[in-house]
Amino acid sequence: MTEVEVRTACALRLGDDGLVLSHRLAEWASRAPELEEDVALTNIALDLLGQARTLLTHAGGLEGRGRDENDLAYLREERDFVNCLLVEQENGDFGSTIARQLLWSTYQLGLLEALTRSTDSTLAAVAAKAVKEVAYHRDHALQWTLRLGDGTEESHRRMQAGLDRMWPFTAELFERDGVTAEAVALGIGPDPDGLRPGWDAAVDAVLTEATLRRPADTWAPTGGRRGLHTERFGHLLAEMQHLHRSHPGARW
Amino acid sequence: MSSSGEWPLWEVFVRSRRGLSHTHAGSIHAADATMALRNARDVYTRRGEGSSIWVVPASAITASSPDEKDPFFDPAADKVYRHPTFYDIPDEVRNL
Repeated sequence: MTEVEVRTACALRLGDDGLVLSHRLAEWASRAPELEEDVALTNIALDLLGQARTLLTHAGGLEGRGRDENDLAYLREERDFVNCLLVEQENGDFGSTIARQLLWSTYQLGLLEALTRSTDSTLAAVAAKAVKEVAYHRDHALQWTLRLGDGTEESHRRMQAGLDRMWPFTAELFERDGVTAEAVALGIGPDPDGLRPGWDAAVDAVLTEATLRRPADTWAPTGGRRGLHTERFGHLLAEMQHLHRSHPGARW
Repeated sequence: MSSSGEWPLWEVFVRSRRGLSHTHAGSIHAADATMALRNARDVYTRRGEGSSIWVVPASAITASSPDEKDPFFDPAADKVYRHPTFYDIPDEVRNL
């Protein structure tokens, strides 16, 4: 891979992660347990969408095929998306969504802190801005994990169930492949292995305080970074892309 | 999840920038003070309105009653001498 190809792949991965998770969180609009949570979750979705827009625009520019953020978001097929499997998982109940948020935002915060030192100046700039946003996302998930885990018997049961459901998809976050190896060599992105200890420690600390059990590492599905997605991802894309595909160039 | 009926109400005060006072922005529901601050942040400071937030349990506020409006506030209406504009300032006074 050339340096530009590695930078493009890194921007695309993180951009797709943000875009897809943003869409999942937006599905809570008008359906959250409380009006306040409705606003909180969609605020987080908008932060992620903002990051994704910059990253996809950057990826499109590096790629040099004239694709802008809209082309990349709305006109790619399922197999062209390189987001991780965790962010595309269905919301489930509020406990599942909070579990996904805790696991993802803890990972994303570590990743962004490392990316502030990236040799790709756009990635470094996006990371520097997004660190503050994601620190809040993580705090939001942490506060809820503590309250649901150490709350009532029912909230504990559902928080644990959500955690068990999302857990297998975290293995992929720390996977190494040609892109991550090249990214490390070129100083574009961090070694996934280096992010793991911090993630483990942060997640363990929250789970212990929330009286939750850390799920065992058993099944470790993978494939998102190669465009192999879980079954419901196609449905998400259909909803997300429908308007743009039916009315090309539609504007507000 | 509990319904709004079970979550207490909190009054939200936001200070837009240093030097100004906290101003009542509205109210939110939350299970405890920590969550109330976060909910207030999410609902009332989305457009950069704030640099500081106070949340107060609505139940902790003692409010004047509309029934008491007349004895409370009407007597102040005709006390013009309580306004600085009532007084003429002599020309010799420079720094007032």
